[in-house]
Parts: sequence; C-alpha cells; structure tokens
Amino acid sequence: MEWETVIGLEVHVQLSTASKLFSGTSTEFGAAPNTQASIYDLAMPGTLPVLNKEALKMAVKFGLAIDAEIGRMSIFDRKNYFYPDLPKGYQTSQLDHPTVGKGKLVIDMEDGTQKTIGVTRAHMEEDAGKSLHEDFHGKSGIDLNRAGTPLLEIVSEPDLRSAKEAVAYLKKLHSIILYLGISDGDMSQGSMRCDANVSIRPKGATEYGTRTELKNINSFRFVEKAINIEVERQIDIIEDGGRIIQETRLYDSDRNETRSMRSKEVANDYRYFPEPDLLPVVIDDAFIEAVRQTLPELPDVKKARFQEQYGLSEYDAMVLSSDLATADYFEAVTEASGDAKLSANWVMGDLQAVLNTSELPIANSPVSARALAGLITRIKDDTISSKIAKTVFEAMVAGEGDADSIIESKGLKQVTDTGAIEKLVDDVIAGNPAQVQQFKEGKEQVIGFFVGQVMKASQGKANPGQVNRMLKEKLAK
Amino acid sequence: MSIELADVENIAHLARLHLSDAEKQEAAKSMSNILGLIDQMQSVDTANVEPLAHAFDAVQRLREDVVTETDHRDELQEIAPETEDGLFLVPKVIE
Amino acid sequence: MIDSGLAQISRALADGKVSSTELTQDYLKRIATENGDLNAYITVCEELALSQAKAADERRSKGEAGAFTGIPIAHKDLFCTQGIRTSCGSRMLDNFIAPYNASVVERFNAAGAVTLGKTNMDEFAMGSSNETSFYGPVKNPWDRSRVPGGSSGGSAAAVAARLCAGATATDTGGSIRQPASFTNITGLKPTYGRISRWGMVAFASSLDQAGTMTQSAEDAALMLNVMAGLDTRDSTSSDVPVENYSATLDRPLDGLKIGIPVQHFSEGLEPAVEQAIRDAIAEYEKMGATVKEVSLDNSHLSVSAYYVIAPAEASANLSRYDGVRYGYRCANPVDLEDMYKRTRSEGFGAEVKRRIMVGTYALSAGYYDAYYIKAQKIRRLIKNDFQKAFGEVDVIMGPTSPHTAFPIGSKNDDPVKMYLEDIYTIAVNLAGLPGISVPAGMVNGLPVGLQIVGRDFAEAQLLNVAHKFQQITDWHTQAPGK
Repeated sequence: MEWETVIGLEVHVQLSTASKLFSGTSTEFGAAPNTQASIYDLAMPGTLPVLNKEALKMAVKFGLAIDAEIGRMSIFDRKNYFYPDLPKGYQTSQLDHPTVGKGKLVIDMEDGTQKTIGVTRAHMEEDAGKSLHEDFHGKSGIDLNRAGTPLLEIVSEPDLRSAKEAVAYLKKLHSIILYLGISDGDMSQGSMRCDANVSIRPKGATEYGTRTELKNINSFRFVEKAINIEVERQIDIIEDGGRIIQETRLYDSDRNETRSMRSKEVANDYRYFPEPDLLPVVIDDAFIEAVRQTLPELPDVKKARFQEQYGLSEYDAMVLSSDLATADYFEAVTEASGDAKLSANWVMGDLQAVLNTSELPIANSPVSARALAGLITRIKDDTISSKIAKTVFEAMVAGEGDADSIIESKGLKQVTDTGAIEKLVDDVIAGNPAQVQQFKEGKEQVIGFFVGQVMKASQGKANPGQVNRMLKEKLAK
Repeated sequence: MSIELADVENIAHLARLHLSDAEKQEAAKSMSNILGLIDQMQSVDTANVEPLAHAFDAVQRLREDVVTETDHRDELQEIAPETEDGLFLVPKVIE
Repeated sequence: MIDSGLAQISRALADGKVSSTELTQDYLKRIATENGDLNAYITVCEELALSQAKAADERRSKGEAGAFTGIPIAHKDLFCTQGIRTSCGSRMLDNFIAPYNASVVERFNAAGAVTLGKTNMDEFAMGSSNETSFYGPVKNPWDRSRVPGGSSGGSAAAVAARLCAGATATDTGGSIRQPASFTNITGLKPTYGRISRWGMVAFASSLDQAGTMTQSAEDAALMLNVMAGLDTRDSTSSDVPVENYSATLDRPLDGLKIGIPVQHFSEGLEPAVEQAIRDAIAEYEKMGATVKEVSLDNSHLSVSAYYVIAPAEASANLSRYDGVRYGYRCANPVDLEDMYKRTRSEGFGAEVKRRIMVGTYALSAGYYDAYYIKAQKIRRLIKNDFQKAFGEVDVIMGPTSPHTAFPIGSKNDDPVKMYLEDIYTIAVNLAGLPGISVPAGMVNGLPVGLQIVGRDFAEAQLLNVAHKFQQITDWHTQAPGK
C-alpha cells in the first residue's frame, strides 16, 4: 500500500510590539516573574481591553506579504476554558472574522522546484502565561509576564505532502516574518511555535484520514523528525488493522516519539462568542495602503532581482536572499567592490564558514561589508591572488586590521612585475632540466611543478596567471 | 424544554462549579424553568434578522503601541492567595 | 442639612452655611445608627471620608472649590475603590482590596467628593431585590419588611434614608430604575457608553451601565456632569460630546410628544400602580405635552432574550474568579480541579451559580444558535421597535415596575418570578437607551416610579422632562418615616 502524507501547519508568531495586545504592558523578554503583568493582565475585576494599533498593522502587513484577503471588518471572540496561565478564564482570539483571510506562499524544494502552499487564515490572539512545575513542593508557579502578548496564528491549508515540504514552508514563513520585521521568529525562544496536523491516506484517495495534532516542536529539525515519526506510527497502526484516534500528541525530542496528551483528550467546548468589551475592528483603504508602503522587497522578489541584476545563479540568489541581513550585506559588498560574483562567493563561502564556526549572526560579523569589499577589490586589481586573499581574510577576522594594512604589514603584495617574474621563471627553468625534458617529451602537466616552484621561490606572491603564461611561453621555445 | 441531570453535570464541569446531588436536582429544576422562559423566543420568526451584538454602530479604537504600565508586582501580590518568588502558586498543573 | 438633596447641599457648601466636615460627620453618625438595621452599606469609610472632607474644606477656603467639592456620596460596591474593599456583594471578593480606582471614582475624587462608603447590592449585580448579597438583604426604608429592589438596593436605600447625598449605582436590566421606584428616589441609567466601565466590575458587558441614585433630577444632573464622558481605557466608551446636564433642566415642555407603550399597560400591572402612572402622565399634559399610544411589538420577548445574553456574558466575565490571583480561595485544595470547583462553589451564591450555568448552557455546542444568536436577533427587533416609536414620539413613559416593593423572601421559590420584575426595564438595556425612574405616587404607603425612556444620548432631555415633573409635583420630596 502506498501512503500519502497530508500535513497542515498552525504557526503561532509572537509579534514584536513594544506593548501587549490589549494592555500597555511591556513585552520585553526575560523580566522577573510577574513584573510585566498589569491589572488587566492579571484579569483584575473591572479591567478592559483596548487594541494595540501596531499589532493590527503587523497582522495586515503579513496578510499583504502573502497576497491574502484583508478582513475589512474583523471581530474578536472569547474562547472559554480554565487554566492557571489563562487569567481571565478565556482567551481573546478571533474565530469567524479574522483580520487576514486566504493567502498563499511559495516554498522552495530541495530539487530546485517550487510549490504554492495555501494559507487559510491568520488571526490575532492573546498569548497565555507560563507555568513552572519544579521547585515549588508539589505546586506550580504561574508567571503572567507573557499573558496578553500579541500572537498571530497562521493556519496553512493541508497542502503539504512531506516533512521536508513542511520544513520548507516553515523556513519560508520564517524568512518572510523576519523580512517584515514583525517578530524575531525564534523557535527555541518560543517567539515562533509550530503545531503540525498530520494524517495519512492511501495514495490517490481524495478523503482525508483522521489527523493528530503534534505539539511541543521547537526547531526546524524537530519538525521534520516529529512528522516523520508520527507518519510511521500512523502507518503501523493502520497496517495492523487499527484506527487513528483524533488527539493531540506531544513530541518528545529525547526519545524521538510522540505521546498522547491525556488532559487534552476530553473534548473542550470553547463556547466561542463575540467579545463584548471590544467593538468590530474596521480598517479602510487608507490604512491598508499605509501598511503596504512599509512592505520591504520580499524574499522571492529579491531572489529574482539578484538573478537578474547580478547575474547570480538561482541557487546563489536563493541562499543570499533567504536572510534579509545577509542579502543586505551581500549588496553592500557588491556595491563597494563592483563584483557580484566574487562578493557572492566570499559571503556564502569564507564568511559564512567563519560565522558558522563562531555561531554569529551576520549582523555581528567580525568583517564588515565595506572591509570585505576592500579585500575583494585588491583581488580584482591583482594586488593579491585569491590564495593570498584567504590569508588576509583570516587576519581580518582576527581583528588585525583592514585588507590594505594587512597586505602592507605582512608584505603580501603580489609580484606582478614582469621582469621580476621572468627572473624567477628563468631561475626555475634553469634549475630543473629534468622536468624541462619531461615537458618537451609531452608531459604537459609537469607545468604545475614549475608553477609551484616559482610560487615557492616568490613566497606565494608571484601572480599565478602571469607565471603560468610566462612558463608556457618559455618552455615552448 | 427540560434539562437532564447529565446536562447539569456537564455544564457544571465546564463552569468549574461543584454541585452536590441535591444542588444538581435543584439546578435541573430551576434551569428547566428558566429555559421555559427563554424558549418563548422561538415564537417569533427571525430568519431575516441580523444579530445585534453592540447597541450602537461604533468601531474599535486603536491604542498607540507604547509601554504605559510599570512594575507593581509587590503591591498587586499583596492580595494574592499564595505566592512565592514572585510567582502565583496553585496546586500542581498536570500537562 | 443632611436630609437635603445634592443641589441644595452644594449651594449650602458654596454659601458657607455648612462645612463638608460637618456634613460628613452627620452622615457618619446617622449611618452608625441606621445601617445596622437597613444594611445599606457594606463598608463605611470613616477615615477616608473625614480626610476627604477636610481636604474639600481646605480647597474651598482657598477659593478652589467646584460644584461637587465636599459633597458626601456613596459608591455601589461594584466600583473599584483603591485601598478599600470592593466586594460586589460576594464572598468571592470579601477579601478583595481593589488596587485601583474605577473611572467613576476617579472623577468624583477629582471633583472633591467625599466617599462615605460602599453600598450593598445583589451579588455581582444579579438580582432584583438585593436579597442575594453575601452581606445579607437590604431593607426598604419605607417598610423594613420589604425589599428595596435590586441590584442597587443599597444605593437606593442609602439615598432614600438620607444616609448620603447621592449614590452611584449600575443598571444592567433595571438595577437602578427598579430600586429607585421602590424607594421613592430618582434613578438614572444613561445611554450605554455614556459613562466609562473602567473599574466597574463586569456582569454583562454589553448591557452594564453606571448611573445615579438621587433625590431629584436636578441632583442627578449634577452627578452626571461628573460621571459622563469619554474614557479611552474602555473601548465601549462613547465619544459623543458631553453636555452640561444642569443647564437645560428648565426648558418648557410644550410640544413634547409622549408615547405610552400599550404592552406596558396590560395584564400583570397592578391596577393601583397603573392609576398612579396615568395620573402622573396627565400632569405632563397639563404642561403642554401630548400623549399617544405606541407599540413595542417585541416587548414580551425582552426578558427571555435578556436571560440568555446577560448570563452568557456573565458566565465568561466571572471565569476569572478562580482563586489564583486574588479573592477567595477554598481551604486545602487537593488539586487544581478541586481548587477551581470548591473556590467557585463556595465563593459564589446560588443565584450567581444559577446564571453562570444558564449562560454556559446557552453558549455550549449545539445551543449557541438557538439561544445566543436568537437572543441577539430579538435584541435587534427590540431596538428597531424603539427606533420606530421614537419616529413618532420624543420620550416613552410607563410604570417602572408592575407593582410596589414586595416582602423580603416572597419571590425566592422560582427564579423566573424574580426575573419578571424587570419586565418594563430590560428592553431599555437591550437597546442601549437612557432611562430614568422618578417618584410618581404612593400605593398603600409604598412608592410608585414613573419610567421615562429617551433616544440615545438624550440624557439632557430626560433630565429636563423629569425635572419639570418634579417642579409641579412633590412625590420626590417625601422621605420615609421611621
């Protein structure tokens, strides 16, 4: 039996507003417990919500970025349930009239193809607080700093067909969110959370199988593993003649398995009804247009432009445009150095290697875009060879200065003086008659030996291109 | 419209209310009376009527995204039933 | 002096005939004597009142006093008062010291008023007799074996018994107007959104509105001048401009068109009450008004719709009372579920629990459309009825209540009986309109109230219409004997 996997993702993104969704309390991360919990956040009697304008703008911005319908009149609803991290005993969310309607985003597959994934909707809602279960002698400690932080819940259509597609979707979503500047999208910190709805069905079937909801997935890698292990579990059950129970399952990354969440099995009747303390949110063309003006060039558009404007390959363009900071860095280097191809190679190659090793984001790069452009300029104008440039780069990373000062102080200037090179070449030819003979006998690859000897004699500083040409000339005689 | 004891139990649980057996019986009775009152609504046809959620056609005001609240934890936790290290304590939450 | 109304007291203070401190001391003395029996106050703020009175007198001596400076009032215990217990008549909040002031309280404090205390009320404003309070029932000063009405029974009794110059109160289905009519005072519920709900503990968010309990319409105008206005902390607060409600009290009523709803003069209305109301309306005709019958076709469904919407909203509004962050918590909870259930069952009284259950039911899966949505549709029909009527008339008049104050304990066997007490008042809340009840007669020594309903944001007109009546009648000047 061939099985098809069907996945839909629900991603909660914490919006990076200064204050909470309905109160003027700070959303800054890392504060001492309950020091960012106002009387509204504590659900004190008599307190009331007022909607954060920036959160609304961010939601609309996201909607525009995914070509979605924007809800001209959206409504907040109360979702009722009891939990200690939910102070009001209801979460203010949006049910039937979300701010963002149907949209889409395009994912990049590993084989270079693209696929359009539908987004059903995106709505705003309040985040809950946190429960801490250790250290309190049989009790739990509740911290409401996070309660009321604005979340954007983004629901995809069940268009994903593999764990890899799911990861690609998440990565594209992540990229867009960072481009828009509406969240820091950090899965490990919880500012981007992913729940996956997973089901299987026989290949070619049109009806959906029973799905389970996977929670507690906090990295792209775990998304892939969790989905794969769950699909395996479902296939095993069905092939054994069993049925899938619709339930919520927690992903355990230590054991790489999913576990049923007993407490959530009891069907929760949320008794949604429109929030009477809030009025309908009406936005007009002017509001939407103003938000549209703030849209940056989005990843896919940038990628296409990189290919056209800089002649980059699709792969290079994709890599460089997937992160906004990297894209900006690359463009700065290109502008200053005038060479897009070299800039691309250096950014994706040597620089990225350094950043990976020291686990630094490009914003904290030890070598600035301007400095890297300076290095590339010296390669282009033949002051140094590409090989020597790597040495210079290392020194730049170590903080020894800019390209020019390093080249100067270490005496790394390439020797390009024809006379000087000619002398070296003549010396090497004269000193190695056996290899000259081999060359004349047709062993052309022995020229590499000569090049090596000249480079050695020049301490690597001779311009390799010139050396090569001169050797060929002289040996041909 | 009368309400069954099972419904009473379900509703009480959703509302996190504990009712004794006697209270459940009483609740079933009084709720049935109240539902009788409410059911009078069904006497009028409202097929083409829009629900009215708010008395007036006003729209939601938006608040500027600025931090206006400061830390009042100590003061606010003075009236809390149980706290420790700035956290509100409750019986252990089982996930 | 403390038998006088607000306006008179304001003038006396301005003229230096009496000081705020003297007034406050006199009220406190009377409260000490009377409150034990009447039970109008849950909390008396002796220290605060005297310090506020002192501050008011100082302000006056500097020439900085305003119309409300130094006037002793009471606040219904539904308004948060910083540093002072705010109980909402419930065991759930018996230990709740509010950490902030309600908007209404802020405004009175800024105006220099003196807070005598927090008045008794039906628990969480759910009731029509002030019998559901954790602190015991309030007695009607006119006949202490009878209820003062509810839920603002404490505020009504306090004003009626001259235990304060005026009191704030709230009205969700009639909780200001009905007690006003039972205790011979003037009770005003303004248009929904006229007064901020910030700090006013929520019962039914789309219906709750703060208002005034006073001896007269003139007094109500003085209070409304302090209370009315936009508050951006309340998203439902209206930005319709505020007027000076005292300035137009005396406008002549020639040409005023009065509508009397045929549905409010049918079976269930006590004949003697009906007669008193018709006599009252006749007084208006003497003043140049014309009267015609109007129809509020869906009036008979208002109580049904209300008892879906209000409990539904309340069931969610009261979910926050869970023993976690403030308020009552049961002793020795064994686990979380036990804590929730026992805290809420012990903290809430029977009527509150009943309404939470009804509300939860109405919102639950399978019933939402038949109950909640249906009720919201009826709400629109009711609003349309009023709009149609106001196309023909300027104000609508009728009895506030089908009868006079009933004996304590006489309507507790069937909740529906109690719910029907608000049969004439509830529709006004559903439509968000302003309504006022003014003393209009006596039946067997018990007060009868005339309800006057206006168009939205027509408080000035309502107060004017009420005031003119009080200029040619003296029902409102009568006070209960001992």
